[in-house]
Amino acid sequence: MITTYLFYLLSFLAIMFGSMVVLSKNPVHSVLYLVLTFFTIAGHYVLLNAQFLAAVHVIVYAGAIMVLFLFVIMLLNLNKETEPHKSIWLKASAAVASGSLLVVLVGSLKGASTIQSINAFNPNIGLIENLGTTLFRDFLLPFEVSSILLLAAMVGAVMLGKKSIK
Amino acid sequence: MTLSFLIYKVILVLIIFAITLLVATYSTYAERKIAAFLQDRIGPDRAGPFGILQPLADAVKMFMKEEMIPSVSNRMLFIIGPGVCMLTACMTGVVIPWGPSMNIGGTEYPLQITDLNIGILYLFGVISLGVYGIMIGGWASNNKFSLLGAIRASSQMISYEVAMGLSIIALVMTTGTLSLGQIAADQPGAHWNVFIQPLGFLIFIICAFAETNRAPFDLPECETELVGGYHTEYSSMKLGFFLFAEYINMFISSAVISTFYFGGYNMPFIARFVHDPNWLAVLGFVFLFTKISFFIFVFMWVRWTLPRFRYDQLMNLGWKVLIPLSILNLVVTGGWMMRMEIYHFFIK
Repeated sequence: MITTYLFYLLSFLAIMFGSMVVLSKNPVHSVLYLVLTFFTIAGHYVLLNAQFLAAVHVIVYAGAIMVLFLFVIMLLNLNKETEPHKSIWLKASAAVASGSLLVVLVGSLKGASTIQSINAFNPNIGLIENLGTTLFRDFLLPFEVSSILLLAAMVGAVMLGKKSIK
Repeated sequence: MTLSFLIYKVILVLIIFAITLLVATYSTYAERKIAAFLQDRIGPDRAGPFGILQPLADAVKMFMKEEMIPSVSNRMLFIIGPGVCMLTACMTGVVIPWGPSMNIGGTEYPLQITDLNIGILYLFGVISLGVYGIMIGGWASNNKFSLLGAIRASSQMISYEVAMGLSIIALVMTTGTLSLGQIAADQPGAHWNVFIQPLGFLIFIICAFAETNRAPFDLPECETELVGGYHTEYSSMKLGFFLFAEYINMFISSAVISTFYFGGYNMPFIARFVHDPNWLAVLGFVFLFTKISFFIFVFMWVRWTLPRFRYDQLMNLGWKVLIPLSILNLVVTGGWMMRMEIYHFFIK
């Protein structure tokens, strides 16, 4: 019973903070609201009994990536005066495009049926022991291949960061 | 979950909160006394015998000072900054095992608020959030020196978190658990992790100095270059919160180092003399605090002995020395754990 209330509370907060990210004028406020949104999503993970995912979500997104975002935005010192002026036509077309996306999403969700899972759901899969066993036994190859992807991204970043390429 | 259990937990939380604040308060006194000792001075000795009421006098001074909020600052974030700093500092004490379980009238009373099975990750997450208070406060002050201090703090923390995480991974490989209660319980007598992970301990304690912004890594508040760093514009108890959060972080870091590497509440030969679990719990609490006090002393000793790093030296140490060393530590630890398999693979 209490988890249902928590779910609604967290969902409400997630949507509220998410819209505040878009609506707030100050970019630093936007980033801080995004951090709060990540916290509510981490709360959802805890409700799904995926504590490992919740902790890693907070560490990686709120603790590292958003700090870098904030870092860059603080250095650029963006504020209302530096924001480029957008024409009324641009705003109108953006509203029409996102509105039609909303219509499409609502329409497709309305007709969709609930997905029936084939395997019985194991509620303990999110615990760290089970997750580790699954990742390193059943999905070893995809897991290792994804690390190559990260390595490629890292090498690319180093290449871009170099001042002169000989 | 019975009502008595809930009440017990609430009482434990309050006690640990009070102890954290008390230790942080008296760390300021200890810092002054140790600084005086290392510089051949007397130190504070006016308020009470040996000056032991000095922290109270400081607190009263902090509360009574005039509150200044710069008119060009972002008012809301300016107030939130020190609050976030204090909140994240107080959140970490939850997962630390302060002693073995007590047994009163057949009921187990663990001296740990909650033994999360992802305790280390929780700790790491809260530590990585600690930088927000400094960043928000520094940016909201709308002062170039504050902003530079905040940016230094954030890049320093991100750099040293990597090495810290890698040294913790090596520790987790040897202990095989992420729960702090389990890690403390797995080090009975003198089987401390520091003997298994000496290099990991060294990396961890250096990173702990950097994460708490203590000298020689206190560049975010480097007074010779940045006036006061991220808290240049702060006054009164808001400044007090920033300074106080640093002492709480130091206390919690010492507790974490003791738990991870120095056996937590364990002490060699004690099981031979004391058999009653309740006395063991009380003694374990005392031993843990002895270790914590020693590490707080080390923090202060280093502060008043070593000069501050230059910023490029700090980054070189973090990225070019500590991270390769911690990766080496990780590989050696893994190789040692798999030594039988490697032996069979190559010899047979």
